[in-house]
Amino acid sequence: MTTWRNRAFAYTVVVPFSVLLAFPFFWMAVTSFKPEAQVYDPTKTWHFHPTLANYGYLFHHTGYLRWIRNSCLVGIVVVVLTLLVAVPAGYALARLSGRVGRTLGVAIFLTYLVPPTLLFLPLSRVIAQLNLSDRLWALILVYPSFTVPFAIWLLMGFFKAVPRELEDAALMDGCSRLGALVRVVLPVSVPGLITVVIFTFSLVINEFVYAITFISSSTNRTLTVGVPTDLIRGDLFNWPGIMAAILLPSIPLALVYNAFLNRFITGFTGGAFR
Amino acid sequence: MPRGARGRYLTERQGFLATLLISPAVLFIGLLVGVPLGLAVYLSFTDATAGSLTGRWIGLANYRSAWHDTIFRDALWHTVIFTLISQAVVVVCAGLLAHGLIRAFPGRWLLRFLVLLPWAAPIALTAIGFLWFYDPQASIFTWFLVHLHLVDKSNLPNWLGTPRAAMSSIITVQAWRILPFATVIFLAGISSIPQEVDDAAAMDGAVGLRKFWYVSLPLQLPIAIVAVLFGIVFTATDMVVPYILTNGGPFNSTQVLTTWAFQTGINAGNIGEGAAIALFMLPLLALVAIAMLFFARRAEVT
Repeated sequence: MTTWRNRAFAYTVVVPFSVLLAFPFFWMAVTSFKPEAQVYDPTKTWHFHPTLANYGYLFHHTGYLRWIRNSCLVGIVVVVLTLLVAVPAGYALARLSGRVGRTLGVAIFLTYLVPPTLLFLPLSRVIAQLNLSDRLWALILVYPSFTVPFAIWLLMGFFKAVPRELEDAALMDGCSRLGALVRVVLPVSVPGLITVVIFTFSLVINEFVYAITFISSSTNRTLTVGVPTDLIRGDLFNWPGIMAAILLPSIPLALVYNAFLNRFITGFTGGAFR
Repeated sequence: MPRGARGRYLTERQGFLATLLISPAVLFIGLLVGVPLGLAVYLSFTDATAGSLTGRWIGLANYRSAWHDTIFRDALWHTVIFTLISQAVVVVCAGLLAHGLIRAFPGRWLLRFLVLLPWAAPIALTAIGFLWFYDPQASIFTWFLVHLHLVDKSNLPNWLGTPRAAMSSIITVQAWRILPFATVIFLAGISSIPQEVDDAAAMDGAVGLRKFWYVSLPLQLPIAIVAVLFGIVFTATDMVVPYILTNGGPFNSTQVLTTWAFQTGINAGNIGEGAAIALFMLPLLALVAIAMLFFARRAEVT
């Protein structure tokens, strides 16, 4: 009886919301298969011959693949940099430092709240002085400003969840602290580390404000800036092509989000609420 | 080596090791966040323009000229409206949605995937999608409204073209985008309530709305408030949605602090005044940070 009522409640609430939230993606998919000449034809709103031409256009006649490559390149380098800095710090804050560490951990987290919209003006001048304008290196230099605090926070949560006894046993066996971190704590934290990699990478892919401020030439654009600037030719929009360009990266990102969501929540809330 | 001495030696080394492991991160953050923030404050007191890192010290002139500008005052007000309305919608919907998603039911995985989509997809891209959904001629939303006979064919809505409609449109997109994130954090809040509390409440005869009001809500509140504070920060300080959909228009009716800072600082090249405009976000950030610390501690105690 209760399960039946539970389910009825769940479906009446969740189904309408999921339809509302996902509908834009459904309509993007429909538009992306529509011949470009027919998007403004009111008789062809639903009935048309689907085509893959828009996807072909995207791959062969625009910088799309290059922007994806740029985004991934920046993403990978930033993720590696972030892990190098954040793993030791996250571990130390979770285990080695007492009250001071807690305060410092929260302080680091609060810097994650300082938004790019506050920092992009001074940083644009710094980037210009360093002769990094319009280069991917500018993004690689600046992105750790938000990925490092974010990753430290998640990692703190994950490292706190590792049982202390594991490390104590390793220390008893003559392992050094760093040895215990590398040989014992990191291997059991692999799912947490993967979560950090995925969410850090997606923060980088998502970034827009710095990318549009620092990058000016088409070949150096990242995905989020290339699509809104270059796929619009004057006042002419190739809507089906643009819809395809939005959908392609969104679906895999959503799949990995879904797969790692529970771990993300553990890390994100675990740092403070446990 | 005697055991006690080794232990003391180790704790001393621990402090050293901790410092060693943390300092690169602190240095990184100091250089990448602290220094630019200081630079922003410095620039806001100068007449620096694009092309130079320094300018003449002009005191509070940038703040004064921003404050006396009606576009700035409107932008401040629009930021408040944009943030408060979108987040109010998010809180109500996320509360409902989380209470639905917490239950086990067939098809939950698929529905959760659909709910998460707006958060997982890059917002700079999906916002362009909405540019198409809001198209004055071929809007799919208009198509539905016309076919449901809610809108007259001779007077179609211009979603982004008129001031009031444009503000509602960007608020909708922002709420759409933040809702999955808030739902996820709410879910974490609900599932952190121990089963014993539920059982005890049931024993005492608390069911349905009464249980929700007196038992579940107070326990979820701290973590829910943290989620809301996040939503407020992400909305008030973000510029992607207004920038892509309206770029402040029509007639500055959707101009918010961030888009106005961008237009003043980058497009018009008045770095100093742009920095001053952006810094008006700082008091809000400080307030939210304090509130967050307060409620995070409350959440920990429960």
